Amino acid sequence: MFAEAEATHAAGWFLEHAWLIPVIPAVAFFLIIFFGKKMPRGGSEIGIAAMLASFVIAAGATYQWIQWTHHSEEAIDKTLTWWSSGPLKFSIGQHIDGLAVMALVLVAFISTLVQIYSTEYVRGDRRYTHFFASLTLFSAGMLAMVLAPNMVQFVLGWEIMGLCSFMLIGHWWEEEANARAALKAFFTVRTGDMGLLVGTAMLLAVFGTLDIGGEHGINAMAAAGEFDSKSMLMWTAVALFIAAIGKSGQFPLHTWLPDAMAGPTPVSSLLHSSTMVVAGVFLVARIYPVFHIGLDINVAGHHFNFIAVIGGITILIAAGLAFVQNDIKKVLAYSTVSQLGYMMMGLGVGAWMPAVFHIFTHAFFKCCLFLCAGSIAHTGSHHSFDMKTDMGGLRKKMPVTFVTWVISTAALCGVPFFSGFFSKDEIIDSAHANDYTVFWIIGLIGAFMTTAYMTRATYLTFFGKARGGAAHFVDGHEDHSHDAASDEVHHDVDGLDTHAHPVHDDHHAPLNHGKPLPFAPDDSPWQITAPLILLSFLALVAGYLNAAPFHWHSFEHWLESSIGLPIGEGGIPEPPAFEWVNALPSIVLVLAGFAVSLFLSKKVFFNDEKSPFKGLTERNSLLGAGHRFLVNKYYLDALYEGVIVKSIAHPIAKAAYWVNQNVLDGVVNSVGITGRRTGEWVYRNVDQRVVDGAVNGSGATARGAGGVLQPVQSGKVSMYGALLFGAAAVGALVLVLVNS
Amino acid sequence: MHDVLQNQQWLLSLGVFLPLAGVLVMLFIPKSDESTVKGVAILTAAATLLVGIYTMTQFDYGKAGSLQFFTTNNWITPIKATYTIGLDGISLPLYVLSMIITLLVMIYSWDHVPSPGNPKAFFILMLVLQTGMAGTFVAQDLILFFVFFEVVLLPMYFMIGVWGGENRQYASLKFFLYTMFGSALMLVSFIALFVVTRSHAADPEAANFSFKWFLENGADVSKNTAIWIFAGMFIGFAVKVPMFPFHTWLPDAHTQAPTQGSVILAAILLKLGTYGFVRIAIPFLPQAATKWAPVIGVLAVIGIIYGALGCLAQTDMKRLIAFSSVAHMGFVMLGIATLTPLGINAALFGMVAHGLITGMLFFVAGSVKERYHTLEIKRLSGLLQQVPKLGWILGMCAMASLGLPGLAGFWGEFPAILSSWNPLHGDGLPYGGLSLTLFRWLTVIAALGTVLAAGYLLWLYQRTAFGNPTAEFAGLGADGAHGHDAHGHDAHGHDAHAADAHGADAHGEGGHELIHDVNKFEWIAWTPLLLAIVVFGVLPQLMFKLFDPGVVELVKVFGGK
Amino acid sequence: MLLNQFLILGALLFCMGVYGVLTRKNAVMVLLSIELILNSVNINLLAFDAMNGNSDGNVFALFIIAVAAAEVGVGLAMVLLIFRNRKNISLDDLSEMKG
Repeated sequence: MFAEAEATHAAGWFLEHAWLIPVIPAVAFFLIIFFGKKMPRGGSEIGIAAMLASFVIAAGATYQWIQWTHHSEEAIDKTLTWWSSGPLKFSIGQHIDGLAVMALVLVAFISTLVQIYSTEYVRGDRRYTHFFASLTLFSAGMLAMVLAPNMVQFVLGWEIMGLCSFMLIGHWWEEEANARAALKAFFTVRTGDMGLLVGTAMLLAVFGTLDIGGEHGINAMAAAGEFDSKSMLMWTAVALFIAAIGKSGQFPLHTWLPDAMAGPTPVSSLLHSSTMVVAGVFLVARIYPVFHIGLDINVAGHHFNFIAVIGGITILIAAGLAFVQNDIKKVLAYSTVSQLGYMMMGLGVGAWMPAVFHIFTHAFFKCCLFLCAGSIAHTGSHHSFDMKTDMGGLRKKMPVTFVTWVISTAALCGVPFFSGFFSKDEIIDSAHANDYTVFWIIGLIGAFMTTAYMTRATYLTFFGKARGGAAHFVDGHEDHSHDAASDEVHHDVDGLDTHAHPVHDDHHAPLNHGKPLPFAPDDSPWQITAPLILLSFLALVAGYLNAAPFHWHSFEHWLESSIGLPIGEGGIPEPPAFEWVNALPSIVLVLAGFAVSLFLSKKVFFNDEKSPFKGLTERNSLLGAGHRFLVNKYYLDALYEGVIVKSIAHPIAKAAYWVNQNVLDGVVNSVGITGRRTGEWVYRNVDQRVVDGAVNGSGATARGAGGVLQPVQSGKVSMYGALLFGAAAVGALVLVLVNS
Repeated sequence: MHDVLQNQQWLLSLGVFLPLAGVLVMLFIPKSDESTVKGVAILTAAATLLVGIYTMTQFDYGKAGSLQFFTTNNWITPIKATYTIGLDGISLPLYVLSMIITLLVMIYSWDHVPSPGNPKAFFILMLVLQTGMAGTFVAQDLILFFVFFEVVLLPMYFMIGVWGGENRQYASLKFFLYTMFGSALMLVSFIALFVVTRSHAADPEAANFSFKWFLENGADVSKNTAIWIFAGMFIGFAVKVPMFPFHTWLPDAHTQAPTQGSVILAAILLKLGTYGFVRIAIPFLPQAATKWAPVIGVLAVIGIIYGALGCLAQTDMKRLIAFSSVAHMGFVMLGIATLTPLGINAALFGMVAHGLITGMLFFVAGSVKERYHTLEIKRLSGLLQQVPKLGWILGMCAMASLGLPGLAGFWGEFPAILSSWNPLHGDGLPYGGLSLTLFRWLTVIAALGTVLAAGYLLWLYQRTAFGNPTAEFAGLGADGAHGHDAHGHDAHGHDAHAADAHGADAHGEGGHELIHDVNKFEWIAWTPLLLAIVVFGVLPQLMFKLFDPGVVELVKVFGGK
Repeated sequence: MLLNQFLILGALLFCMGVYGVLTRKNAVMVLLSIELILNSVNINLLAFDAMNGNSDGNVFALFIIAVAAAEVGVGLAMVLLIFRNRKNISLDDLSEMKG
């Protein structure tokens, strides 16, 4: 049954049984559905146990893979025939190489943390069990896709994720907006999937197989040039790339991503860090030779890869959009889109390794950032994600959240020695080294913009005066902190929670916060903060696996067999040697972005802080200064947005947003409406009148003929008899005449 | 292909005609004794299914490509018709599926006999239908095939005409006339084919109507004649499938038919047409098939897009599902039109999958109608709140229908797309290849159809299942409209609870019954279908393994790979 | 020339039967007339059978006798039912089939 079993004897148990990694959560999904309700913790324990088990196997596989790479570059393939048709065989199983192992351990790890986090975050939710079932299936889908030995299994995982994203984004479907967002997400991705279906069919036509690895797999054949026509390969790559664009929210199919924030925060975090949206990038990385050779465009003797164009556009557009968002999750969502743009650009400019490394590091800090946003909403801002109305000044009350947020932000911005620096800077550097000058500049601008919007978000959330929901939390607690009884504090906090927005009351029925960590008594409970700490630690250190400045290249060594192309002549370009001079522009721009934001925000901060101090010491004067304070605040907000947004990104961002809302969304909507109208028109006019008309017409003709013949049917037996015998007589006469 | 296994020759005849024995017994039971009538009918169907299962156990899966349980006898000697029946991997799943569907529909009918009642006649018609359907799938003689093909028609006509909705007269007549029209042309083609092959044959005396004769002699017919004969068969089968533009009977028939009728119609009857293409039209007349394939492909793709557009325009849930059949059968026909093993395998899988999924969707629609007395999408909302289990089942079926991998629907669509990118082509094919350019464009358009399918199904789901119940039905839920802890997927564990809810039904305020969730009979009838959708979705090889040998044999004549 | 006499007898009987079917109002009489027609056909069949020397005609005649018996059985039952419901078996009054 298992092919190549003996060839992989030395690979170790975990590597040979890596196929268990998606199977465990898939089984757990059914267990949760059928038995979850009866479990004491509503099925969440099954989900967490399954993800933990997957993670343990994935970690074991990682260890063994590292051992394996010392003496072999072979991938570990084990497959069963899934279905066959004539000579074609399509298998299901595992194709384990560096890329797959990296993604497996990443997904399993983050899924585990997100599930632990969710036990607190969606506690008391009306569809608690169902939520965990969907999460588990979602992870199973991603894991199945990651270790897919062929495109069919890849499609399976890909589509299962699509389904689960539909269920999870629409988790609170009682509100129409959520239901619509879920529909939009599924539909947009599905539009891209058209490319996946057709592209897979094309792959079969070009290579005669859908296997990814192996001697006669897609990668090997594409790399060796074993295909008939280059233009066919190009169209194949284009079709598949459309799918990647849809899934990874690349321009111009990114519009579903911010809407997808309607789902619960753990979902956003899982979707945006290591699973769903990464799937598109992963597709490109997985069958990289197809894209590298297929989308290679030759303009006037200068080769460049089309993927870089889409990646570059996405970086700028998404970063620009991130400026005008007030919803903290939408800032992060656009930031994800922008970072995915970096990955795509990296793959486009031939920097496979940095791009994949960016998938790796990005997962940690982006997951952490989303979970921080959830932590703030859960504890600090009364389930609101609006930075302007319900946040601010949270850094002291939520120290764990604050510190982990700052670390992750630094990693995201690419501050030197944080993980993002080692991956993102490599991408930018490679763009420079590989003669993609325009994209090098785009990357640098992107780095600047990233720092700027993240600084803005950080300020609005953690600094300045506490507003709205956050003010309740900060001030309400401050009053009580002078009291002795800490019990009462918690009681009061709970009391406040019941005042939350009625809509969200539904979702968090009786709110009993769990136990917080001892050194942060007011912060979120440990189920939330523990994952944050772990993730931010990794956001800090994960980059050292492939730290070019120190010539540490373990990650590269583990993964290089997965590229599918040789490095150097006839393959992808050699990675540039790291020099601080080359990294300098990006470091300078990051610092500049930070400085500009810092400068502007300090003004906001001081002006903001002035009034709360007054308000805190003299409550009456706060009331007296109310009007001036509001105007002042408005003015500073205008200044803040006026300087940062208007002078730097306003025209771009507004235009992009306008295009986003009017052109792209308009196209999507009008296509939908036109489709419906056409459908109605065709149905009414063609179907009901023409086609049906013909049928009814023949019926009418028959009826008319019947009317003419009606008198014959007199009902008199003797008349029938006469007709019968008359006809027989005529028949006999004819017979006689004919025969004689 | 022509080697046959003549083991247990009685088995297929027993499976086909056992329902008629049940009908005989039922004739002697008084009409008023409803539960005995139903019991005997269900027992008969169950016994038939047992025969079917026994057939499956006796089936030699290593020789799925050759006919098994084969038997041949003289039947109507003067016109050279023979009683020849046999079963291979292609027909086995459909044969057993027809038995399963009949039994499940009967179980569902236990407490869902549609107005105006009279279960005796209703169950008898279903048994007769069963004989016709099973017979069509095992017949190995054109006349016998034709007889069974037509036997199906009458019971369905009465089911729609007597137990149907308001517009049933019109719908049933349309169904009948349309199909009869197709059948007439088909019969003419059959006879013409017989006459022509006999005149070409070395030994005209040996000519008969068995499939074997046509497989051996059909290819000798001159191309022009073959194209005309194929045209007649094409219309006969295309009406049944139904292909654009012969589909207009389908929405009416489905909308007006009682739930049971819709389910049988969708699950089995439509497959008779596609089965006819695979079993008769294409292998008998390969020289005409390569000429007709582009036409079939184009019409199939038009059907895909057109059906989807039709769905988007519907305001009635049942009509929407009916239109979706046009789109799905388009994928099946597209697979057939490629004339490759992959395409025909996909088509066969698509037939079974569509039977399971659309059958389930019609079941759900019937149950919604029974509870809400309407299927207007506008008036339905919040099914997930009021009848969560029903809502989840609808969701699962919608997902299966739009071709989600892991569920059965995918294996009809995806390989069809794969194959239509690579249709029969190449050099040195005995009957020529197909136009790559044309079929590749068709592939792209068909892929667009999958997007539209997602569009209309999810839109349907969003409008009916999400949100809150509309005002007219609010408060009629079995356990109140609010504070309701969604049961979600764990519904199977709650059979007893569901039955209780059913038992506790009382007439609520305003003359409306309380709306209850899925009841016991519905669970029994639906669980096998739902399980099958998942199992065949996860393990497609179960089915492909059966089809493949027969299909490879079948397309060998075209010389493709 | 024995054959001719049989055929003439058959033709006479047939004409009598046809006359009865067309003119009689009483349903029972019509049934009797139909019997006459059938039997005239039997005579013809047997005559041809004797002429050809094989037994095909015999078989057909036996077949017709059986069918005729069934036909009379069903026909009389119907007439009885009609009489029970209407107290009348005049065919002129039975015109429900008028289209």
